[in-house]
Amino acid sequence: MVGIVIVSHSWKIAEGVCDLAREMAQEHEKIIPAGGLDDGSIGTDAQRIADAIVEAEAGEGVVIIADIGSSIMSAEAAIELLEDEGREVNAVIADAPIVEGAVCAAVEAVGGGNMDSVLTAAEEAKETSKL
Amino acid sequence: MPSGIYTCLSKIADLITANKDFLTELDREIGDSDHGINMARGFSAVMEKLSPDDADIGAALKKTGMTLLSKVGGASGPLYGTAYMEAGKVTAGKTELTSEDFNLIFEAAIAGIQKRGHAVKGEKTMLDAIIPASEAYAKKISEGAGIVEALEAAVMSAREGVEYTKTIIATKGRASYLGERSIGHQDPGATSATLTLEAILDYFKTKG
Repeated sequence: MVGIVIVSHSWKIAEGVCDLAREMAQEHEKIIPAGGLDDGSIGTDAQRIADAIVEAEAGEGVVIIADIGSSIMSAEAAIELLEDEGREVNAVIADAPIVEGAVCAAVEAVGGGNMDSVLTAAEEAKETSKL
Repeated sequence: MPSGIYTCLSKIADLITANKDFLTELDREIGDSDHGINMARGFSAVMEKLSPDDADIGAALKKTGMTLLSKVGGASGPLYGTAYMEAGKVTAGKTELTSEDFNLIFEAAIAGIQKRGHAVKGEKTMLDAIIPASEAYAKKISEGAGIVEALEAAVMSAREGVEYTKTIIATKGRASYLGERSIGHQDPGATSATLTLEAILDYFKTKG
């Protein structure tokens, strides 16, 4: 199954989005949060994201969904950290809203989707009208 | 006696920490009020990770970069973190730096920041200090100056770059939400980059 990493400046957001996505896709065991810094403060931590990517990888790749500002830069740095260690990394960052994107990606992943379709599901979430 | 790279990084950490409130105040004006706090937290973690015995400049810079990636938290984490890691790659295994090594460090750091931040000169970022500093350094060295004299020129150009950031609109980061209201304020990242160069210059001046 395609793994999912949720990156947020806030660990509460990351954990909460994972909780919600797991509720919608209950058989998915690889939705991994990477929120905040070690001490619980607001921020993004590339090493924490790198660890989450490794944890989320179940052989079919990982889609990363991130919140605002530096979260994308930290996610990119995380992928490079793993590559610098000589690991083969199969992870992509979705251009997607964090909550809706995570739910759509998780549902697509448990439905047997591959990296491309999970990424597309996440990214299409931003087009979905709520009203 | 502590290694050269440890002493130099200590000076950077001390100067950033001494200017924590100043950097945060600059960021309060146009950003999210955390630059000084974030950078001081990052460098405090760096000094915990480094040992006075760390002599390999590349390894120490890599360790610094990895720590900043984890501990800074804001945008300056991946930007400075990548800059230090890329600088570490071009100095791997070295225990002394030549004047030419500094050209490579500048180039690698700038390329790293641009790769991560997708910014160019003139967008009110740290690049507006570092790129002119790098150019001034390279010019002095090509004219036959030593490291101290070239770094003095680099610091002067970085300071001019900080002044220049007061005159332009931010197009990257949180400050870009302010549009024209960002004019008149100096960029916190350009300021911390200049402090970094000042600390490096101080190291080479006092090293003798």
